[in-house]
Amino acid sequence: MKYRSVFEIIGPVMIGPSSSHTAGAARIGRVARDLFGRQPEWARIHLYGSFAETYKGHGTDVAIIGGLLDYDTFDERIKTAFEDAAALGMTFEFIPEEEEADHPNTAKIVLGDSQGEIELVGISIGGGTMEVTELNGFPLRLSGHFPALLVVHDDRSGVIANVSNAIASQGMNIAHMEVGRKEKGKMALMVIEVDQMFDETLINELKSLPNVTQVSTLAN
Amino acid sequence: MEVLFGTVKELVALAEAQNKPISEIMIEQEMQMTRRSREEIVAQMENNLSVMESAVEQGLQGVKSTSGLTGGDAVLIQNYIKSGKSLSGDLILDAVSKAVATNEVNAAMGMICATPTAGAAGIVPGTLFAVKDKLNPTREQMVNYLFTSGAFGFVVANNASISGAAGGCQAETGSAASMAAAAIVEMAGGTPQQSAEAFSIVMKNMLGLVCDPVAGLVEVPCVKRNAMGAAKALVGADMALAGVVSRIPTDEVIEAMHRIGQSMPSALRETAKGGLAATPTGKALEAEIFGKDKTSRDTVNS
Repeated sequence: MKYRSVFEIIGPVMIGPSSSHTAGAARIGRVARDLFGRQPEWARIHLYGSFAETYKGHGTDVAIIGGLLDYDTFDERIKTAFEDAAALGMTFEFIPEEEEADHPNTAKIVLGDSQGEIELVGISIGGGTMEVTELNGFPLRLSGHFPALLVVHDDRSGVIANVSNAIASQGMNIAHMEVGRKEKGKMALMVIEVDQMFDETLINELKSLPNVTQVSTLAN
Repeated sequence: MEVLFGTVKELVALAEAQNKPISEIMIEQEMQMTRRSREEIVAQMENNLSVMESAVEQGLQGVKSTSGLTGGDAVLIQNYIKSGKSLSGDLILDAVSKAVATNEVNAAMGMICATPTAGAAGIVPGTLFAVKDKLNPTREQMVNYLFTSGAFGFVVANNASISGAAGGCQAETGSAASMAAAAIVEMAGGTPQQSAEAFSIVMKNMLGLVCDPVAGLVEVPCVKRNAMGAAKALVGADMALAGVVSRIPTDEVIEAMHRIGQSMPSALRETAKGGLAATPTGKALEAEIFGKDKTSRDTVNS
């Protein structure tokens, strides 16, 4: 099931003109910002397929920047996202790519500041629904079937157990989970899809765990 | 979490077996899938309904898009209705004008509710706010109209596509018009099976519709495709309520739409490279709006 909720069909409430190229693009940007955890100072956005061909007309560019500024799909400020970014001192660059991506609406966002950077690949699959397919080179297979928690953590023993215990203590069931790391002892990523919507309590508890550096959510 | 229905056949069978409207089955599935309360779910849909209502009102006052390609047609159609000269009927034209109003607001980067997409956002509210004047529904029945539309859209989204880039305009305005037809039937007192028949009748007339937006903008021909989508939804609903049935079952019509979408060339799937976008006038408008260098792959810097 690609779509789980009636509000992916009758929704989202959004600023026009395109659910896939504006709302979905804003959501990709916002997830990237969530995963980064703070306002980025710069961003490089590579666009593929239909995104590359029609991004100007659909406001895909202002929507992605709006997402990077933490604007939701219905935030009127999306229209002034370029000016707002400039006011915050964020620089950005859009690079339409010739090469074919697996999905026609694909964006690769590289963003960062003096402290670090992340790279994310997102696809907009229609009606404002998006999926993340890659984070910092980790292929995610994050289907969007379920609400998901993305936990960036240091590769230390016990972190996975602590995270799954915190989830279990909320009476929640894990539907699918994958863990990947770049290098032994360095940054690792847990992608946890759960059966039901989570609340702030769980997210705050996960954030307080030792060796957890960032918690992001996809509440598709 | 198991879904209650994955096909239209299952949806209709559930509604018939439990003697419930399709909207109720959709609400129950949403409660089961998201573990949210009925009150929360209904309240969110009421909010979506209010957004749709505001967009229609805004569009009927007249808006203009940044490109200047669209805007103002909803007002023209309303004025024509008032002149008393309409040939196709006031209700159909009212739905058409309200669908156009919503899409004109969308093109002007106003706030809308995607149904199922922004490019097709005019059809479901356009028909709803037109039949409202004839059927005098309660607010609850209007919310249920959206749940019924959503139930059919849910099946299409999961078994085919609702994305123009993946399936062409048939997946967007085609889905929206078919969803609206099914919802009109329920509001008018038809059976769940008649909703499915209305969906099929309309979708069969949307098959093959390509996505060829001029300059890549959700304006030409999107706004007018919403207009005709609204008209088809009403006619399809009336046909189903009259007792007309589709020879091809709904799920097979959806499957056909999916396969047609897969065989559509990329130029006709929201890349602005084919169809109306590639006409001399389409190209000229594109050059006028973006300047001649639009197709040269430039880099935009802040």
